[in-house]
Amino acid sequence: MAQPLVKKDDDRDDEAEYSPFLGIEKGAVLQEARVFNDPQLDPRRCSQVITKLLYLLNQGESFTKVEATEVFFAVTKLFQSRDIGLRRMVYLMIKELSPSADEVIIVTSSLMKDMNSKTDMYRANAIRVLCRITDGTLLTQIERYLKQAIVDKNPVVASAALVSGIHLLQTNPEIVKRWSNEVQEAVQSRAALVQFHALALLHQIRQNDRLAVSKLVTSLTRGTVRSPLAQCLLIRYTSQVIRESGSTQTGDRPFYDFLEGCLRHKAEMVIFEAARAITELNGVTSRELTPAITVLQLFLSSSKPVLRFAAVRTLNKVAMTHPMAVTNCNIDMESLISDQNRSIATLAITTLLKTGNESSVDRLMKQITNFMSDIADEFKIVVVEAIRSLCLKFPLKYRSLMNFLSNILREEGGFEYKKAIVDSIVILIRDIPDAKESGLLHLCEFIEDCEFTYLSTQILHFLGIEGPKTSDPSKYIRYIYNRVHLENATVRASAVSTLAKFGALVDSLKPRIFVLLRRCLFDSDDEVRDRATLYINTLGGDGSVVETDKDVKDFLFGSLDLPLVNLETSLKTYEPSEEPFDINSVPKEIKSQPLAEKKAPGKKPTGLGAPPAAPLSTVDAYEKLLSSIPEFANFGKLFKSSAPVELTEAETEYSVNAVKHIFDSNVVFQYNCTNTIPDQLLENVTVIVDSSEAEEFAEVLSKPMRSLPYDTPGQTFVAFEKPEGVPAVGKFSNMLKFIVKEVDPTTGETEDDGVEDEYQLEDLEVVAADYMLKVGVSNFRNAWESMGDDFERVDEYGLGPRESLAEAVNAVINLLGMQPCEGTEAVPNNSRSHTCLLSGVYIGNVRVLARISFGVDGPKDVAMKLAVRSEDEARAACCNNILLKCKVFRKFLQNNLRSLDPLYYWCYFHNRISYNHSRTN
Amino acid sequence: MESCPLIKNILLLDSEGKRVAVKYYSDDWPTNTAKETFEKAVFTKTQKTNARTEAEIAMFENCIIVYKFVQDLHFFVTGGEDENELILATVLQGFFDAVGLLLRGNADKKEALENLDLILLCLDEIVDGGIILETDANVIAGKVASNSLDAGASLSEQTISQALATAREHLTRSLLK
Repeated sequence: MAQPLVKKDDDRDDEAEYSPFLGIEKGAVLQEARVFNDPQLDPRRCSQVITKLLYLLNQGESFTKVEATEVFFAVTKLFQSRDIGLRRMVYLMIKELSPSADEVIIVTSSLMKDMNSKTDMYRANAIRVLCRITDGTLLTQIERYLKQAIVDKNPVVASAALVSGIHLLQTNPEIVKRWSNEVQEAVQSRAALVQFHALALLHQIRQNDRLAVSKLVTSLTRGTVRSPLAQCLLIRYTSQVIRESGSTQTGDRPFYDFLEGCLRHKAEMVIFEAARAITELNGVTSRELTPAITVLQLFLSSSKPVLRFAAVRTLNKVAMTHPMAVTNCNIDMESLISDQNRSIATLAITTLLKTGNESSVDRLMKQITNFMSDIADEFKIVVVEAIRSLCLKFPLKYRSLMNFLSNILREEGGFEYKKAIVDSIVILIRDIPDAKESGLLHLCEFIEDCEFTYLSTQILHFLGIEGPKTSDPSKYIRYIYNRVHLENATVRASAVSTLAKFGALVDSLKPRIFVLLRRCLFDSDDEVRDRATLYINTLGGDGSVVETDKDVKDFLFGSLDLPLVNLETSLKTYEPSEEPFDINSVPKEIKSQPLAEKKAPGKKPTGLGAPPAAPLSTVDAYEKLLSSIPEFANFGKLFKSSAPVELTEAETEYSVNAVKHIFDSNVVFQYNCTNTIPDQLLENVTVIVDSSEAEEFAEVLSKPMRSLPYDTPGQTFVAFEKPEGVPAVGKFSNMLKFIVKEVDPTTGETEDDGVEDEYQLEDLEVVAADYMLKVGVSNFRNAWESMGDDFERVDEYGLGPRESLAEAVNAVINLLGMQPCEGTEAVPNNSRSHTCLLSGVYIGNVRVLARISFGVDGPKDVAMKLAVRSEDEARAACCNNILLKCKVFRKFLQNNLRSLDPLYYWCYFHNRISYNHSRTN
Repeated sequence: MESCPLIKNILLLDSEGKRVAVKYYSDDWPTNTAKETFEKAVFTKTQKTNARTEAEIAMFENCIIVYKFVQDLHFFVTGGEDENELILATVLQGFFDAVGLLLRGNADKKEALENLDLILLCLDEIVDGGIILETDANVIAGKVASNSLDAGASLSEQTISQALATAREHLTRSLLK
């Protein structure tokens, strides 16, 4: 019926431009829609107009509210026509217009009539339309018909009702849940798709009832499921049941046989679904994996790209956890490198890079080289990242991998791609000492012809750090000085800084560096000249070989141990005054962002970049708050503020939480109180703290809150004194004390007389972890090495049976209150051992690093080896005492880690610190 | 992955990436501009591939897209990144073949636009609000072309020749007018 709607224009080139909707305009079509009102309806013409309207909507045209309403009312007139084709178009149009509730009423009766029509097609479509536009009240009216429709003998009608049920479950669950008997019956239907839709609906109705889902799965896995789609659903539900039933390590997994049986189904869709479900089982064993891998391997050589893609994508995921299981597919995988579909080829390569062994690396690299030239940048980045991890896995192969990276670095590519390569080379240089010299030269060559200012400056900076430490630093000078001649001002400036670093660190080069730096004094750019002048002066001016003193070295090389964001905020708030800006006042705490990192594992700040940007932390807010209170002014610098600890149950009359602020010789409790009773005003609010269980603490002052109106949070403070620098611990009981005044809810006036009242709060504890700042290091290995083993302690502990390795690791991390580094807090599924790297700063600004190796011994016994290094000088600190405390610690660990107070662990540090103090005093 | 397979959208574009007919079932692209940007990106990414004999596949913006071309028509079906690729491919094949049947094997842009009502009805019969209704091309085409069929006859029991005959009749009628 949609015939050419516009007359053919003979002059026009038919092939190229002809469209029946050429020159269509909304206004004109809306005019045309008046034919819907004709007393004598012309179904064909009406259909055409509807098609035009739908075309407009489909092209992104939108109708105003008035237009839509007008069209809708006109369309409803068309229910008079008995033409089936037109009715279908009317249904479509109504769905597209999605009328408002008051408009729906107009078509309801017509649609309900159609719903009970003898024509199945009417029934099916009317059900779908009505359910799409209906609301709860109307639904109860038609519920009876829908229930009938679900068990209708016509599969199209039944499916229409079931699918509508799935949609309605989102908005009106209580109604749809009443249909479960009918849905249950439909699950047994002989029609394939009815079964599929019924199963989907039944599962959604029961999804919160584990037992019911389990029963459903059990009965269906024994029976026959007709449609492949329904079978896929069943597989999904089965793996859900398996997951929730918890892993019973011993014996066979329930339903595994069913999944394995599905691998022999005749539909590929089902085979794949089952194979994927098996690979995603929690703690899947290699015996369980094998049949799934075998069918996926067959798919790899399929003629259909979709099958190959699905298989290689799944195998790629498996390779992350079970590389050995996938090695059998390597030959098929290698042939996929030349696949037409570049997504498949990339997935194949990255899988191979994960599963490959040391001997196959060279061959693989040869194949990849050919492949790299004809894929898009986004794929290349994936490959580069895979090569980086391969190189870290097989450090001996660095030569060929580094060569590969430098080759692709020379080829054409966008910024993101080049950055990925440079980052990879930098990481390899850092982690593989042998690769340093060749890597640096590759980078030098790259900046000779680099179009990205950002990369050039980053590389120059990196050269300045690493170059002077090499055997022959002078060979880099030429590359660096060339930048001063050939590049833009930004690059020139960073080249000047790099030159200065060479001059400062390599005394033999100093005179030559001076000559070069002097030439930079005539640069056209201010920044370049400024830097040159600065460096010439700091390095000692006259060009003679003088010992560069420590301050200069610190200035040039001392890593800026601050998050840049914190420094920036501090500088912004600094007001010019007599007092110079104190860099020590900048907070060092980096807010950890484990979630964000997990989401983007590829984007860890591993490359050239600075440490992870810290969001403006709550610490700043606390610091501001505390510094505004004069009583706390002489407490010194805030060391750490804890996370708020709830002291009341949720939804009580008064909600209170507390923050512990740790200073060198003071502790301040900040109680955040909220009054949740509308007709009360609290005055003179204080917290009475009983510190009898905290011997080392003495209360020095309490700062009450004058008034606490309804729903406006306020703070009261209590401050304590404690021995300086000592990580004293203890338990405090709290009582909220205040005067209650009634408030007239209508006038808002407060009564004059108040009643004194008290409210018991929960106890607050100061624990040793409160004295530990979570401060990460960007390169744990370097930090660990540079700290040296002079002040190292190693101890081994048996932790006894634990739920899982991950749980044990988490417990220990929380216990120590230190910052996990390099993502080591995450324990891969199923691993039997794990090493966790932790870093922190202990009160007194003592940097502490810990390396903890966990191992699972026997069925569930976890053992750990704890190595701690610290800047602390108290090496020989009271060995006996420490050992004694450690023994206590060990015993506790063995008994029950969870209930262990960190105290016992921190005694170890405590002793060192007190020893240190006694020595210095 | 406990959920029912869901389709995010079905696109039918021409050889320049312009819309012939599209249908979105998810909220991932709230505005028309977002939709058009997505279509353009998908089109550019796939236009150089050869998806004429077998359906091809790509990943894009956390979506899996399966696609197939014939003449100057480009068919796309999009699903979430965890979706079973083969289910999406089945939907695509159903749509592709049904359009072929409805356009009497003459699937090109001109024919598709001239029978846009059939294409829209076809989309309506394949997926309802993201949930797969039917994937068998013969059944889909049968349902779309069943306008003049006897009221009592069950749609799914129609043979394909019947469906085609109806489609043909329908088309001749509309073309000869």
